[in-house]
Amino acid sequence: MSAESQGHRNHTLVVTVENKSGVLARVASLFARRAFNIRSLAVAPTEDDHLSRITIVVDGESAPIEQVVNQLDKLINVVDIQDLQPGHAIERELMLVTVAVEPEHRDDIVEQLDRAGGKVMSVGADSMMLSLVGDPEHIDTFENLLRPFGILEIQRTGRVALANLDETIE
Amino acid sequence: MKTDGGQALIRSLEREGVEVMFGLPGGAILPVYDPIIDSKIRHILVRHEQGAGHMAEGYAQATGKPGVAMVTSGPAATNIVTPLCDAYLDSIPMVVITGQVPTAAIGTDAFQECDTTGITASITKHNFLVTEAQDIPRVIREAFHIATTGRPGPVLVDIPKDIVDPTNPRSSLELEDNVEIDLPGYKVDTSVDPEAIQKAVELIQNAERPILYIGGGILKSRAAESLLELAELTGIHVVTTLMARGAFPDSHELCLGMPGMHGNFTAVTAMQESDLLIALGARFDDRVTGKLDEFAVSAKIVHVDIDPAELGKVRRPDVPIQGDCRTAIEAMVSVIRDSGSGDTDRTAWKSRISGWQERFPLVYEASTPGQALKPQFVIEKLRDATPADTIVASGVGQHQMWASQYWTFNHPYTWINSGGLGTMGFSIPAAIGAKVGCPDKMVWAVDGDGCFQMTAQELVTARVENIPIKVALLNNSYLGMVRQWQDMFYEERHSEVFLSKEIPDYKGWAESMGCFAMRVDDPDEVEEAIARANEVEDRPVVIDFRTAAEEKVYPMVASGTGNSDVIVPPSQEKEIR
Repeated sequence: MSAESQGHRNHTLVVTVENKSGVLARVASLFARRAFNIRSLAVAPTEDDHLSRITIVVDGESAPIEQVVNQLDKLINVVDIQDLQPGHAIERELMLVTVAVEPEHRDDIVEQLDRAGGKVMSVGADSMMLSLVGDPEHIDTFENLLRPFGILEIQRTGRVALANLDETIE
Repeated sequence: MKTDGGQALIRSLEREGVEVMFGLPGGAILPVYDPIIDSKIRHILVRHEQGAGHMAEGYAQATGKPGVAMVTSGPAATNIVTPLCDAYLDSIPMVVITGQVPTAAIGTDAFQECDTTGITASITKHNFLVTEAQDIPRVIREAFHIATTGRPGPVLVDIPKDIVDPTNPRSSLELEDNVEIDLPGYKVDTSVDPEAIQKAVELIQNAERPILYIGGGILKSRAAESLLELAELTGIHVVTTLMARGAFPDSHELCLGMPGMHGNFTAVTAMQESDLLIALGARFDDRVTGKLDEFAVSAKIVHVDIDPAELGKVRRPDVPIQGDCRTAIEAMVSVIRDSGSGDTDRTAWKSRISGWQERFPLVYEASTPGQALKPQFVIEKLRDATPADTIVASGVGQHQMWASQYWTFNHPYTWINSGGLGTMGFSIPAAIGAKVGCPDKMVWAVDGDGCFQMTAQELVTARVENIPIKVALLNNSYLGMVRQWQDMFYEERHSEVFLSKEIPDYKGWAESMGCFAMRVDDPDEVEEAIARANEVEDRPVVIDFRTAAEEKVYPMVASGTGNSDVIVPPSQEKEIR
């Protein structure tokens, strides 16, 4: 996330692809071949069995976004590409994180977690596993908050996104 | 009709109008070779799978029809990787069918297994791994549709053995009469935006120093005639890139010839000094632009391309026009016919152009008695002794540049070369493919000795399959272009560029492959040798021309420098100041 904090513009592309084997590899291979950088990537089936949706966050520094979109569009299995405008889309990410925490500090963590809207998933002798869903900046903030405790393991999904409803009505 | 996958594959190729295919059988593709015996498709048995791919490319470039190659799995698939990449960079319509191990064996490192679709994903327009026999007819239709529409390119279809093997129940299918393609993500828009055309025409009308910058897309869109009309209507000079030689007649007064690293001085300089480049089906390749931020700095850009990803990829156009080149040119012509081509005075520009043409023609120093043959001289003699519509296929290196420079291309589809990938060894198989597609035309391969040794075995194919091509081997015993760079940029330190003066014996080698062969050392023997070669119609011909090794390709824009720093031949250096 450092690029964003340095002011580089990242783009969130929602790419609808045919649900066929090898399609993700084609997308990944294209990014490698054209030297475009992926910051985050999430793939899942959609409401239509024939289609999957890939949410890609592209480092806007690595290539002009127009070129990324045009090259992606040349992939035969890519059906649609939306370049989501910041502030005009709902973006969500899930984080699972295990933090080191002595029993006497558990309450501090739980208080922070409640405020952030997260959940305790599992409690160990001197550690806790937490989950949090939110927009990526929210997750970043919470992750930073946990660092002083000592993060033992962390797994983030990469972001998924859909355009705001009023953006899609035209 | 109930049938098996192998039969359905061949039937599907026939339905696509395939008349000829180039290939070599092996284990995994065996079941598809059986129905070939009963098919009207001509199959040409190559000696190396790379040859099959380049033949399909040569066929496609000469005829405009998609080239088809078929090979087996594993090493055969990897051998055809080079032609696929070559066709991808030069936008050549080609369909390659590869055998694959049976579906159940995929992923087990089976004998002759390789991840063909994985390997070729980034060098094909698209590829398919077919896993059900029932999908074969549709996929073949889709492969040809993708290969031949929009920006053309190579498509690979990987076919596991079990779905084509008639003894395997998995190969059984119902072959429908109508096969519908199903490509929801593939749309081709050839139409052009009239507003953009209007803007382009306004720029043309007001330009003082316009240049038509023509790329291979003109040939792909069959737009040579429309281009001639546009050029004559506007009186704008034309440069034809390496991929577009022949798209505009070299003999035409508006033709400035080839631009780029070894382009002629006038073409390079006219682009450089231009105030409007009308790029038609060209892609601002680094070999054309030289150092990008010094390229044609005062020029506005109109860029027409069928591939939207080309618009702005290298140089941002002032007027981008996505669409078919011919449609765009015809639209421009129509607007100009209505509104005129403008009254901008271009007298000064035309006089500058003719000044450059007078001062910087393409030149070489003729050999003095006893000196080795000059390669340029050989090309000139060949050009003068062959029909105007002769197809020239070239390899890659100095001989390629001399062929492009010194031939006079007055017909489209008569120049076949490896432009983007720069594949040595391209010429002989490409010439064979071209001759198969155009049996009534004379086809000459112009080759170098380095290239010749990479694919010469296909002359066996040419002889055995009765494909009488002719090969002009410009043999200087060196990897000439690399030597030239070592001469110019590495203080004449020659590292691994000398091949051999006497080995191989090219005449003996060619004769052993069933060719008629000659060796020519003396300039006085050149014409007669070519005349004899032109008379041979029943077998391939090879002429081993022993040429001067120290000869360099001029002009030259050195790699990494700008196009204003053209290196001219020594005899013109005084003119540059």
